[in-house]
Amino acid sequence: MSDTKTVSTVWWKLPLWLILGIGFGAVLTKAQVISVIRVRRMFAFQEPHMFLVIGAAVVTGVLSMLILRALRKSKTDLSGQPMEFKKRPFQTGIVAGGLLFGVGWYFTAACPGPIYALIGTGTWTAFAILAGALVGAFLYGWLKPKLPH
Amino acid sequence: MDPTVAITDPLPWYIAGPLLGLFVPVLLLLTGKEPGVSSSFRHVCAVLPGAKAIDYFNYKVLKDGLWQILFVLGILLGGTLVQFGLGGAGVPLLLAGNLTGLGLLGLFAGGIAVGFGTRWADGCTSGHTISGISNLSLSSVIASVCFIVGGSAASLVDRLVFGGLVP
Repeated sequence: MSDTKTVSTVWWKLPLWLILGIGFGAVLTKAQVISVIRVRRMFAFQEPHMFLVIGAAVVTGVLSMLILRALRKSKTDLSGQPMEFKKRPFQTGIVAGGLLFGVGWYFTAACPGPIYALIGTGTWTAFAILAGALVGAFLYGWLKPKLPH
Repeated sequence: MDPTVAITDPLPWYIAGPLLGLFVPVLLLLTGKEPGVSSSFRHVCAVLPGAKAIDYFNYKVLKDGLWQILFVLGILLGGTLVQFGLGGAGVPLLLAGNLTGLGLLGLFAGGIAVGFGTRWADGCTSGHTISGISNLSLSSVIASVCFIVGGSAASLVDRLVFGGLVP
């Protein structure tokens, strides 16, 4: 995790991450982004709902970040600590890993956020997806030195 | 959730999408972090005994990953909140076929592709598509296109070769 410099955190951020996560998960669930029906219809190009949700999220994210950057030149959060912008260099995995994830997203109908939200709804089959994702992440870590990046 | 539950309308895209996008500036301004989920898989692996022998898992999880563990725990509880407090998702969350032994094996195998793929790409729909593009990363645009290409290719093969049906 050498991408960003991490400084020790402020205590009140801990409940905040949990609360913001609850909000994020609630929207994912209520928007049915975690449903196999919506995901399968998206990948078959039979229904625009998922594309519209993702598209509107991206447009809002871009615009609101432009505003935030313009209004807050210090690039620090409210506690005065730096906003940690992740570096995202282009590498082979962007394409190869991205395609592989897309295939997995189709078959499981869950990207990582929805895996957790599904478990929260009591959809116990999502434990099989999470178990697979953890095995996949472990295999990646193990094989990383041999993979193109 | 029961695969036979009736399909009702979702929270409309023009409400859900902007709400999700706003998590980028809100999380950054309040806590200094960009929303992301798939690194949580790495954190879980990194706390396993012996994992530190692998370079990728050799870092201080509590220091670097605690925020994300809390965030994904929140996402889980968000699902619980909607399911048991806010009227549910209003749509089936799984297919009857998922409940068979073969179905579960398929979910597990697909999960491996999700875990491996998102770690190789270093991000998922939240980390790349929402956070990455919001911060104008070209790699994230390419990654997001690849997510959709991979998923729609899988859909095409499933439907044309294996006779899969769109639910």
